[in-house]
Amino acid sequence: MSAFDCVIVGGGIVGAALADVLSADGMSVALVEARSIGAGTTACGMGHLVAMDDNAAELALTSWSVSLWRELADGLPRAVEYDACGTLWLAADDEEMAAVSAKVANYRAAGVRAEVLDSAALQEAEPALAPGLVGALRVVDDAVLYPPLAARTFALRAQARGARLMTGCPVRELRSGSVVLSNGEVLTARYIVLAAGVASPALCPGLPISPRKGHLLITRRGAPVVHHQLVELGYLKSAHGTDGASVAFNAQPRVTGQLLLGSSRQPGDATREVDAALLERMLKRAAMFLPGLDGLQALRVWTGLRPATPDGLPLLGPHPEKPWLWLACGHEGLGITTATGSARLVADQLLGRTSAIDARPYSPARFLTASSREVAHA
Amino acid sequence: MREACDLVVVGAGPGGLAAACRAAEAGLDVLVLDAQPEPGGQVWRSEARKGANRLARRWLTRFAASGARFRPGARVVAAPEPGVLLVEEGSSSFAVRYGRAVLATGARERFLPFPGWTLPGVLGVSGLQVLVKDGLPIRGKRVVLAGTGPLLLAAAATIHAHGGEVLYIAEQASAASHWGFALQLWRHPAKLLQGALMSAALISVPTSTDAWVIAAEGEGRVESVRLSVRGREEQLRCDYLGAAYGLVPNLEVARLLGCETSAGAVVVNERLETRVPKVHAVGELLGIGGVDQALVTGELAGLVAAEQPIPVELERTWHRVRAFAAQLARHDAPRAELRRLATPDTLLCRCEDVPMSALEGCQNLREARLYARLGMGACQGRTCGTAAQTLFGWSGEDVRPPCLPARIGSLRLPSDVSSTHARES
Repeated sequence: MSAFDCVIVGGGIVGAALADVLSADGMSVALVEARSIGAGTTACGMGHLVAMDDNAAELALTSWSVSLWRELADGLPRAVEYDACGTLWLAADDEEMAAVSAKVANYRAAGVRAEVLDSAALQEAEPALAPGLVGALRVVDDAVLYPPLAARTFALRAQARGARLMTGCPVRELRSGSVVLSNGEVLTARYIVLAAGVASPALCPGLPISPRKGHLLITRRGAPVVHHQLVELGYLKSAHGTDGASVAFNAQPRVTGQLLLGSSRQPGDATREVDAALLERMLKRAAMFLPGLDGLQALRVWTGLRPATPDGLPLLGPHPEKPWLWLACGHEGLGITTATGSARLVADQLLGRTSAIDARPYSPARFLTASSREVAHA
Repeated sequence: MREACDLVVVGAGPGGLAAACRAAEAGLDVLVLDAQPEPGGQVWRSEARKGANRLARRWLTRFAASGARFRPGARVVAAPEPGVLLVEEGSSSFAVRYGRAVLATGARERFLPFPGWTLPGVLGVSGLQVLVKDGLPIRGKRVVLAGTGPLLLAAAATIHAHGGEVLYIAEQASAASHWGFALQLWRHPAKLLQGALMSAALISVPTSTDAWVIAAEGEGRVESVRLSVRGREEQLRCDYLGAAYGLVPNLEVARLLGCETSAGAVVVNERLETRVPKVHAVGELLGIGGVDQALVTGELAGLVAAEQPIPVELERTWHRVRAFAAQLARHDAPRAELRRLATPDTLLCRCEDVPMSALEGCQNLREARLYARLGMGACQGRTCGTAAQTLFGWSGEDVRPPCLPARIGSLRLPSDVSSTHARES
């Protein structure tokens, strides 16, 4: 039996970032991962670091997290591919363009640099885009990176400070004060944090997290086709409908010279297979924005499972029914972006510190108290 | 664009041709896809024009008369749903809707990294042979061959016939294993004859068992080779080095379709059916067995696909060639010393420039891919994945579409395929 201040269950980017923060605060930490560090949903995502403004809580967490990433950037190995390329939110019609001005104000109020590009400025910035787009919102400090190596960097930094990395270690059970591994080993800890993404409900039944599958495609290396992360404003409509499969145009330049292309959403689908019909919809949509798309060389198509919550915000904080269990999961498609902020928020709560932003909107109590009461009364 | 057929055959080597002939002769509408411009596969490459090999000529003539359709330059890139393949053909693409499929995708060489293996002038054994057949000027050039098994002799014979000077043949297998294997060849008359013909042509080439390349050296291209020969080190100046350690099956299309594999081969039943309904696998996919195995399994699969009776003689032949394949596998298994040749700065993955040292701390292939980009490049791990399996025992990951880099346009579904699918879902 081994004893730690904190055992983190789940070695994705959120768990790894938390191990980094807690070990830097002098805690003894074990990071327990069923497979490899950063090899689950972390490895499947696009690796965008984006400030999103769908609601105040999302903007607060994403913009703070992006700024934390920016502070870390100089210390990241080159292979993490941090690239502050910025995001262009593309307006396809006047209605979407009208929304851009409101969004600029929103971002600026949160201290996020943002500007409006008209049609001509957009064509100049991104000549590969289809003509006829009305304009774009440019979010200057957004970035992209390569998530599995970012997660591994966090984990190795924690290890260098004495944290124990346990990979290939599935967890059988979480108990008050201890974690039981599948091999029977028991780790005891003052704090237990569940950061297992889509696998979290298996270890803590009742968590409001469900898989939302996505498809991505990456091209071979070549001349960069685009220079910013490009997202259609219509993405916001498709990203937040909870029923039915949807697609939206999302493309990234990678420092490798590759183009990374998304996106699709299939709520409740936990399979790993490529859905050819949905991929077709995604490619068709992307080709509307990038007319030269069909001529690019595809290298790989793959899928990943986003851990989605009903309101699109993560679960960060103590489990209301199990005060010994802390949650850091349910990040849906923003786990890479908000890994830095999520780790700080959870660490600050564990250590009784005040955070830079209000942690209450992400409290698991917003779901779990109500549902468990319903169950209790039933 | 769209094609429909009763039977699609992927690969036009001996296995694919035999399957196509048997099925087409029984009346099926057969479509044969191959990436090369002519039928014959790697082993009968350019025999369609030159016709020196009698066996090849017989099958190619039979294929031409069989009624099977041949699509050259056609590469399978995706399998969007059961019964449909997406095929890239130059800068266009088409979908094939098939009733049954025979996979006959053959094999590739097994490369193992040693210092200098990425120098220009260092090629595979069969790779060099193919280039020479295709016209690489080899007259008067000095060539060293290193590897294992009958491919070494076949390559040497071709190079010799084109005026190249084969300085040395290094066979990695131990003397006991090699001569034991050679003595077994009497059971396989066709092989014995081939071997004897080759040996006659090569009587003057120094050959050693227990011999392998330690390093290739040179400024800008290979100029000399260091060999380990029965425990002694020898250096030879040369213009070309052909170095590869036997063959491994091309499993990508089979795995893309979801076929089960075991120990590096596709799992099939007595009717050569894979675990995926209506999909057969033949030839090298069943484990490296050469032309004889490809032909007999191809014929069997073609007959099964056409629901024809199986001649007893054909089944008997199959059991005999299977025994040969098992012996070949034992003979060709790379010896342990070959796993220790690479130094920390030797590249393992040449697409993504991944040196051995970059794999430090990686526990499995997934970690090597994610942390060091091993196999993430254009060849999709065809070379380094096999090497990593031999070196570290790491097994392959799932194949993800496209199974070769392909135009994004080639992954687009024709409207009838996507609409069919939409109705089903």
